[in-house]
Amino acid sequence: METVLAGFKVNVTDEGYLTDFSQWTNEIGFEIAKEHGIEMTDQHWKVIEYLQEKFNNNEALSIRGIKKSGIINIKEFYSLFPGGPLKISTKVAGIPKPVSCI
Amino acid sequence: MKNLVILGAGTSGTMMANHLVSKLSKKDWKISIIDQYKTHYYQPGFLFLPFDTYTEDQVKKVGKKFIPKGVNYIQKKIEKILPEDNKVELEDETLDYDILIIATGSKIAPDETDGLLGPLWKKDIFDFYTYEGALALRNKLRDWEGGKLVVHLTEMPIKCPVAPLEFTFLADSFFTNKGMRDKVEITYVTPLTGAFTKPTCSSALGYLLKDKNIHMESDFAIECVDNEKKEIVDYGGKKVPFDLLVTVPTNMGDEVIERSGLGDDLNFVPTHKHTLQSKEHQNIFVIGDATNVPASKAGSVAHFQAETLTDNILLYTKGYSLKEEFDGHANCFIETGHNKALLIDFNYDQEPVHGTFPFSKIGPLKLLKESVFNHWGKLAFRWIYWNMLLKGIPIPFVGRNMSFKGKIFDIKKEK
Repeated sequence: METVLAGFKVNVTDEGYLTDFSQWTNEIGFEIAKEHGIEMTDQHWKVIEYLQEKFNNNEALSIRGIKKSGIINIKEFYSLFPGGPLKISTKVAGIPKPVSCI
Repeated sequence: MKNLVILGAGTSGTMMANHLVSKLSKKDWKISIIDQYKTHYYQPGFLFLPFDTYTEDQVKKVGKKFIPKGVNYIQKKIEKILPEDNKVELEDETLDYDILIIATGSKIAPDETDGLLGPLWKKDIFDFYTYEGALALRNKLRDWEGGKLVVHLTEMPIKCPVAPLEFTFLADSFFTNKGMRDKVEITYVTPLTGAFTKPTCSSALGYLLKDKNIHMESDFAIECVDNEKKEIVDYGGKKVPFDLLVTVPTNMGDEVIERSGLGDDLNFVPTHKHTLQSKEHQNIFVIGDATNVPASKAGSVAHFQAETLTDNILLYTKGYSLKEEFDGHANCFIETGHNKALLIDFNYDQEPVHGTFPFSKIGPLKLLKESVFNHWGKLAFRWIYWNMLLKGIPIPFVGRNMSFKGKIFDIKKEK
């Protein structure tokens, strides 16, 4: 469905994930983070850039992958995006949440 | 004479050998296939072994039987791929190749999770993704008296992503039939947002967990297994206690991919998702679980990929450009217990939908709906696997690309 985020018209799923990464902007990232009560910092953006790079390379995202990335440790990841760090950070990054085939 | 070398004689490698032997000129091409193991396993059968539904003999055969005459079968360990020199080092010889097909699959890596290989491994903690694991679990279940059964999946991607859920449903059925369902508390633990992550599936199948009284723990990213307290612990501090843990450990590509520097973090080979050519080397192609393409790691996917890859290899040998054809098509039966199953059909872009399969309106199989007929389909598939799929015989009426006929794309319409 179509919605407006930070003044941009974008297409999102029922859960609020962008369906087209090319529509994503930093401002949209800020806006989604705000909806989850997150104030973005440099640390947050580092994670977002890492996730987007993995997404562009078709690589799978997992908490263990974050740990191995050297970008951030897991405790920090949980404190940056409390309550489901991977599902929230992917939403902020404008990419799909990790899914299964059903 | 040119050399085409296939690494791995599992589902994908065996299918490619069968497809190519009749299509490449014997005068110009020598085909070799390498695998260190003698036994070919019917891996979907591992789901049924723990419940005594299948016997050992039904899920394994000698691999060589399925390699066609005219293909050079070498049972040796692969040490390293040297892509710059177009060579493959085996344990005691080196092969040259003009075209290489990587079909080395994926396997479980339980050592990636702290404590998983601790004192409880194979005592109260089991996998069913290996033949040995499935058998050990069968022996455990034969006289287990009940308690907390936790079915857990570590992280995506895994081979056959629906298998842990199928295991959960079959366990419910198994304990019900044994008259001890009231003694078993079943919990399904996933790192994803739920058992069903696609809207059509959660709306069509959400009832299954509730009806079967299966508890659910989502967004659970496992940090370690506490062998003393018998619980799994997540990075966020959540804990799930178990008496019997059935887990799907991290899945990774083969170590030879890592040794050769050809893989990503999980040893999967970066592969063009529509042509199946390696992203790094034009004369290397990758198929099945070994790729990093965002399709399911499943036999049906490998089967559809094999048809596209065969065409692309022929195009490549003639110097033509490749077809960007593979669409991520998967077609999977999902056991839901009590002799019923679902059927799903989907691809990279299209999530599973309702409808009939393979014929529009007629079926006889129904998509995304439980039926006894689908369950028979799943059981019949073992015969199809050994007798048709591995030999590269096309399955009638099921095309390599997903068909949109007979499918209902609007969920509301179905309701």
